[in-house]
Amino acid sequence: MIAELELEKAQTETKGRSPAQDAFREFRRNKIAVGGTLFVLLVVIIALGAPIFAPYHFAEQNNLNNREKPMTGYIVTTDHLPDCHWANTPLEWGCTIFFAGSDSLGRDIWSRVVYGARVSLAVAVVASSVALGIGIVYGTISGFAGGAVDNVMMRIVDFLYAIPMLPIIILMTVYFKALSRAGVDTGVAGFLINLDRMAGGLLFVFIAMGALNWIGMARLARGQVLSYKQKEFIEAATALGATNSRIIFKHLLPNIIGPLLIAESMAIPGYIFFEAALSFIGLGVNPPTPSWGAMINEGYAGIRSNPHLVLVPGLALVFTTLAFNFMGDGLRDAFDPRMRGKN
Amino acid sequence: MTLENKTPPNGHASDNDVLIRVRDLKKHFPIKRGVFRRQVGAVQAVDGVTFDIKRGETLGLVGESGCGKSTAGRTILQLLEPTGGSVLWNGKDLAKVSREELRKSRRHMQMIFQDPYASLNPRMTVGKIVSEPLRIQGIGSASERIDRVEELLKLVGLNPYFVKRYPHEFSGGQRQRIGIARALSTNPSFIVADEPISALDVSIQAQVVNLLDDLKANLGLTYLFIAHDLSMVRYISDRVAVMYLGRIVELGERDTVYDHPQHPYTQALLSAIPIPNPKEDAKRQRIILEGDVPNPANPPSGCRFHTRCHYATDICRQEEPENRNLGTAETPHMVACHHADQFQ
Repeated sequence: MIAELELEKAQTETKGRSPAQDAFREFRRNKIAVGGTLFVLLVVIIALGAPIFAPYHFAEQNNLNNREKPMTGYIVTTDHLPDCHWANTPLEWGCTIFFAGSDSLGRDIWSRVVYGARVSLAVAVVASSVALGIGIVYGTISGFAGGAVDNVMMRIVDFLYAIPMLPIIILMTVYFKALSRAGVDTGVAGFLINLDRMAGGLLFVFIAMGALNWIGMARLARGQVLSYKQKEFIEAATALGATNSRIIFKHLLPNIIGPLLIAESMAIPGYIFFEAALSFIGLGVNPPTPSWGAMINEGYAGIRSNPHLVLVPGLALVFTTLAFNFMGDGLRDAFDPRMRGKN
Repeated sequence: MTLENKTPPNGHASDNDVLIRVRDLKKHFPIKRGVFRRQVGAVQAVDGVTFDIKRGETLGLVGESGCGKSTAGRTILQLLEPTGGSVLWNGKDLAKVSREELRKSRRHMQMIFQDPYASLNPRMTVGKIVSEPLRIQGIGSASERIDRVEELLKLVGLNPYFVKRYPHEFSGGQRQRIGIARALSTNPSFIVADEPISALDVSIQAQVVNLLDDLKANLGLTYLFIAHDLSMVRYISDRVAVMYLGRIVELGERDTVYDHPQHPYTQALLSAIPIPNPKEDAKRQRIILEGDVPNPANPPSGCRFHTRCHYATDICRQEEPENRNLGTAETPHMVACHHADQFQ
């Protein structure tokens, strides 16, 4: 009898699983999603430890060895070393090994791809935090306040949505780059130019991403707030005497944050592609900072004779965005079982 | 508060055994149309409801879907802002007190919700849900709150080991018990139960109703019990109010209303209750109402029930019926019908 009671106690006392914990278990079962997440983590590690993973600095040129094919090693110093192949030669001074070949300036492609991961991830992080930060705050206020406030805030969003951001960003970039070349470094323009330089030429990409993407997030957050605002547990909290801030932070946000994070994780590949596209048309990073898009741009003219110039950064781009996509899909499936298997 | 000092209108319980006085309570939802969102009308969900709830009683509020019973309950608790009228609680009009005062006084009046699946935050553990009112109202220390949660869970018949579990791990009946425990946590004196059983299985309904009844006896609670299940209301209520289209048409002691309904609507409503004995049931005379409930945005003139009433005459179409007391001064039986005393 006592043993039975103990058993019952053991069974009932176990901690319940929160919806998030359930979702995590579900996520772990999804092999593609786990693979994607691991790949994303790998890219993050490589980007953070770029100096370790890149044998050379991304700007280090070697004009004797431009456009070398991958997996080739060349002796670049005057004192000739007899054998300098990837397979059996350690990387040492005087012997250049191009794991992924070199570009037209003799820069190591692999090193540039490794450093380029930093740009892609920086864009992903900045764009998604701006979108989440501004979007959630704006959308939550709009949805929670309702009525006229909601109306005005959403009309502002509609207005911003109607502005074609891309041409404006192109004009801004061109304008400030021209000012920068003309040597302007005072006033607001100078401040922006310096800020841009500090961001490696990415300031306007960040502004473009932020301006474009918080809008969608604000709408999504507002929609979520509106749907949860009607739920009885929110009314119950009011009936208990909860203040508005308590309702927002304890009841609304924990419930709406999941779908918003999922939406954001699915938007990340888009950010990375957007940066690559801007860099490809010459609006992104300042040379010699490598970005995958800029590298594709530099290499595509010689794609027939030297396909690795495009293939290596292109594959990095494809695999990274795919990995983010798989991760996002996995998250969505884990949190919203109704969506499983759909797109 | 002059309202409180007034002699109560005929038929309303006087003196201090009244917990809540609802006077001419109105809740209209505006209908807005067009580009400029001009108000073109209003859904008169609750339109002039007056009653008292005595300390320690259960007042059953019945009526068909859309008649405004839930809105009335929510407006009394100020979850919806009343369009007009007053709700007197301890001599204060809840519609007029400051937000902060209202927030503080919420510990004395709680609500049990209809849908046990929607009324609990899915991201909070049972312990958090049940102790939230205590935290909001700043009652007790952390350890006292843990003890209180355990006590409450036992009180509503749940295992206290459930505190770390999440709502989705429970059945509908168990969730409703969690909701009841939450409503009880601050020791309220008044509870609005908004169709607390209509989302539950029949077998579970009986358990929950009995639980509510026991709690009332043990804790000295007062209920406003909103339901459309007439037998359940008869079982649990001391007095019954019948609502139709935003108004109370009949209000009286339970047995008086059920055994001698005076308003034609109440008669029709009660005639719809099936009798378990098939022989008896065959003899039951059903009053079938024709037509639908009129649009509450454009209620009929005169008596609101005249469009569906078998006894309607010209006066019903023109004049609004007054509340008439067909009972005694001690046990009033209010009927809003011009012909009430003719249906004996």
